[in-house]
Amino acid sequence: MTKMENNISRRALLKGAGALVVSIGAPIGLDTVLGIGEAFAQATGNKPPLTPDQLSSFIAVNADGSVAAFFGKMDMGQGLFAAIGQMVAEELDVPFKAVKVLMGDTATSVNQGGASGSTGVQLGGKQMRVAAAEARRVLVDMAAEKLGLPADQLTVTDGVVHAKSDPAKKASYAELIGGRYFNVPLEWNKEMGNTLYAPGKAKPKDPKDYKIVGKPLPREDIAPLVYCQQDFCTDVKRPGMLHARMIRPPVAGSTPVKVDEASIKDIGGAKVYLEKGFLAVYAENEWDAIKASQALKVEWSDVKPPFVDQATLYDHIRKSPARKRVDEGKQVGNVDEAFRTAARVVEFEYEWPFQSHACMGPACALVEIKDGNVTCWTGSQKPHFVQNGISRTIGVPTDKVHVVWVVGPGSYGRSDADDAAMDAAVLAKATGRPVRVQYTRDQGTGWDPKGPASIHRARAAIDASGQVTAYEFVSKGFSRVDVNTNGSQPFDTLAGHFRGIELKSGDNFGIPAESYEFANKKTYWETIPPLLDRASPLRSSHLRDPVGPQIQFASESFMDEVAHTLGVDPVEFRLRHVKDARDIAVIKAAAEKAGWQPRPSPRRDQTGNKVSGRGIAYAQRNGTRVAIVAEVDVDRSTGKISARKFTIAHDCGQIINPDGLKHAIEGNIIQGLSRTIWEETKFDTKSVTSVDWVSYPILDITETPAVVDIVLIDRPNVAPSGAGEPSMRPLTAAVANAIFDATGVRIRRVPFTPERVKQAMS
Amino acid sequence: MARINLDVNGKVHTIEADPDMPLLYALRNDIGLNNPHFGCGLAQCGACTVHLNGQPIRSCVTPVSAVGNGKVVTLAGLGTPEKPHAIQKAYVEEQVPQCGYCINGWIMTAATLLNEKKKPTEDEIKNALTGLKCRCGTHVSILRAVKRAAEMMG
Repeated sequence: MTKMENNISRRALLKGAGALVVSIGAPIGLDTVLGIGEAFAQATGNKPPLTPDQLSSFIAVNADGSVAAFFGKMDMGQGLFAAIGQMVAEELDVPFKAVKVLMGDTATSVNQGGASGSTGVQLGGKQMRVAAAEARRVLVDMAAEKLGLPADQLTVTDGVVHAKSDPAKKASYAELIGGRYFNVPLEWNKEMGNTLYAPGKAKPKDPKDYKIVGKPLPREDIAPLVYCQQDFCTDVKRPGMLHARMIRPPVAGSTPVKVDEASIKDIGGAKVYLEKGFLAVYAENEWDAIKASQALKVEWSDVKPPFVDQATLYDHIRKSPARKRVDEGKQVGNVDEAFRTAARVVEFEYEWPFQSHACMGPACALVEIKDGNVTCWTGSQKPHFVQNGISRTIGVPTDKVHVVWVVGPGSYGRSDADDAAMDAAVLAKATGRPVRVQYTRDQGTGWDPKGPASIHRARAAIDASGQVTAYEFVSKGFSRVDVNTNGSQPFDTLAGHFRGIELKSGDNFGIPAESYEFANKKTYWETIPPLLDRASPLRSSHLRDPVGPQIQFASESFMDEVAHTLGVDPVEFRLRHVKDARDIAVIKAAAEKAGWQPRPSPRRDQTGNKVSGRGIAYAQRNGTRVAIVAEVDVDRSTGKISARKFTIAHDCGQIINPDGLKHAIEGNIIQGLSRTIWEETKFDTKSVTSVDWVSYPILDITETPAVVDIVLIDRPNVAPSGAGEPSMRPLTAAVANAIFDATGVRIRRVPFTPERVKQAMS
Repeated sequence: MARINLDVNGKVHTIEADPDMPLLYALRNDIGLNNPHFGCGLAQCGACTVHLNGQPIRSCVTPVSAVGNGKVVTLAGLGTPEKPHAIQKAYVEEQVPQCGYCINGWIMTAATLLNEKKKPTEDEIKNALTGLKCRCGTHVSILRAVKRAAEMMG
C-alpha cells in the first residue's frame, strides 16, 4: 500500500562497492560516532555507505565502548528508546545504559518505515536485534584473532570479550573497534520501509538466556522532558530564521482572489507569500507573524464545497455508489444460501464519525536551505518519506535533503506534521531564509487529515436450533488513504493541493480482526470518494489504529447482540465461536481477572437513574491479541457514562519491557475512551467547525477510570508483535456492551456523548 | 514597542516588545526558555502554563505587560535534577510522559496544589487539574504521580 522508495544515491553505491575490498570485519577510518550531528558530519569520511546492507548503518561502537544504535523508525512516546536499547544491549552483551538509540535522522539511519502500524519493536526491533547479534559475532571473531583463541572459547560480559576459562584473557569492544565503523555486509532483502530486513550471519540469542529483554527498565528519555533538557521540533531555531503562519480558506475549496498586502504593512515588516491557493505570512518576529496572520485581508473565491449536511453524513455514505469493493479475509461457505434458509436473522448497522488527530500542539516544522542543501526539522512520523516529499515539492535532488526528526507534540498517525514540513520547504525556497512554520490550533484540529467516517453492517443467520449458521460483515466509508500515510508525494500534502496538484485518493479500509468460525462467513469493505478532491479539511488518512476501532466497535457490538438474541453469556458466546488458542486465552484471562460472572446481558436487577454494567470485547492486530472487560456506570437522567474500570488482557508475544508496555496500554485505553465518548469532527457545508478543545473535546482528567487493570501474557518464544495501538481496538465495543448490560439500550453510533446516550434512553 | 522587565526564574530580563504580546513568546523567543509550549493560544490546554507569583497561569493569553513586577517561574525554574520539585521526581518515577508536550500544564498546576495543600484527596487532585489536556492519554499515571508527590511532601 505504502510505496517504499530507495533513497540510496549513486555516489553512496559507488562508495559501497569500493569499500568491499576491505576485509570483512576490519574497521575502517578513525571516526567517532558520538551523536547524530557528528556522524552526519563524518558521513563523507570513511564510513561505509548508509545502506541497509551495511552493519554500520545500524550499529557503531564509540571510542569509550558505548554503543550507538541507528534506528530508522522513531518513538511516539511509547518507550521505544528503552525497548530498542534493551534489544540491542541484550544481543551485544553490553549494559543497557551503554546503548544510545539515535532515531529518525535521514543522515544516520536507513528508511525502516518511520513510526508505522505499531511495528517499532515488531519489525524495527527485529532488524536491530539481528544487526546487534551480528555486531557481537564480528567483535568476538576480532577478539579471537587478537587473543589467539578460538571464537567458541570466548564469551562477552558487559562489552568485554574474554576467554570462558580465563577472564584475564580479554579484549574490550572499545579496544577492538571503538571509534571506528564496522565494514561488514548484511543480507538485505532489498526492501525499504517497514519490511526492510537485513540479517548477518549471527543468530540472535535464545530467549531463555535473556538478561535485559523482559525487564521493566525505566525510560531514560523521561527525565530530560521533565527537566526541560529535551527540545521539541517546535523549539529548533536557526540563525536568520523567519516565522511563518499559513492562511487557510474559510470555505473549503475557495482560493484567494485578492490579497491586500497593505493590510499588514504596519506590522514589523511582515510579508505575504502567495502561490495559487498557497497563502502564508511571515515575519522576523513570531508575534508579528501572528498579528499579520490575523490582520491580513483576503478576498476568497465564492465556492460552495460539496460538503453534505452533517446530519445526513451516514445517509450519504449509505447511498453513495461504492468506488471500490474488496472481499477480504477468509470467505467460508455460501452466506446467501444460509440467510435464505435461516430461521432468524439478526442484522444491525453501526456508525463512526470523522475524528481528528488533534495533537497536543499543532504541527511545526523548520526548513533551511544552504548552498543547495536542504535541512528540515520535523516531528513527522516518517522523516525518510518527508525527504522524498521535499525533494518533489521544491524540486531538489533527494540526496540534497536532510530530514531530522525531533520529537513532536504527539502524532497518532498521518497527522498535520507532514503538511507543515512541506509548507516550510516551499517558504524556505521562496524566501531564501530558514523558515519555521507553526500551525495554529484551528489548523491542527480543523485541517489535519481525518480518521474516516464509516458505516458497518453486520448480519447473522440463526437456524431453528439456535445455532449461528452464517455471518456477514461489511464496512463502507471514506478511504483510510484519501491522502497516503506519509508526505512523500505532493498530491498527498496541503502544499501540493494548494499549489494546484489534485488529490489522488487511494482505496483501503479493512475487516474485523478476529477468529470467529461459522459454517458460512463473508467479510468485505467498500470505499466511497472524498467529498472534495483537493485541500479538504475532511480528507481522510490514518488515525491511530487506522479503522480498527470503528470496525471492531461494530463487529464486537454485533457479537453481543447475537449473544443477547440467543440469551447466551457474552463471554460464553465468544468462547463457543472463537477458534484461535491465543484469542481464547486473552478472553479467558480478561474475564477471569475481572471476576466475570456468567449471565446473559442485560442486567435486569437495577432500578433508578444510576445503573452499572459490564461488557467484553476482543480483537487481534497484526499478531497481537487483546481482550477488554469494561465496567461502566450510566446516569440515565443525564446520559453521562462513567467508565469505572477496565481489565485488559494483552498478548503481544515476547515482552521486551513490561513497564513500558503497561504505560502504552494505559494511553491506548484513555485515548480510546476519549474517542468513544467525546470525539467527533463537526462540519457544516463550508468547512470543519470543530477547531479547538471546546468544539473538539477529549477525555478530561475527572473522567479517568478509577482502575486500569492489565494482565500481560508473555510468550518469550513468540516473536514480539506490536503494542502501540492494539488495545485501543476493542475498547469502544467493550464500553458499548457494558452500556447495554447496564441499561438494555444499544448504542450504535459513536461518540457516546451524554446527549446521545440520554436520547437513546428516552 | 516597550521596554519591559520580566522576573523569570529568579532573574530579571529586559526585553523590547509589544505590550500586547503574550508572555509565552517573550519566554520562548526573547528569554530563550523553550519549556512552556504553544498548544492552543486559547487558554484551553495548559501546555504553556507557568507560575505567576506561585499561581499557574496560561502564558499564551497573558499579555507581557500584565506581568508587572510579578515573579514568573517556568518548569525549568521549578526544579532541577539535583534539586527537583517532588512532582518532577514523581513524574520521572512514575514514567508519566508519552510525547511529553503537555507536561508544563500538569506539573505546574499540580505543584501549586501540592504547595498549598498537604495530602489532597483524589477528587481534590482531579478538580485542581480539570481542563488540562493530555492527548496521549497519560491520565492514569498523572494521577499516580501527583499522589506519589503528595506522599513525598508528607
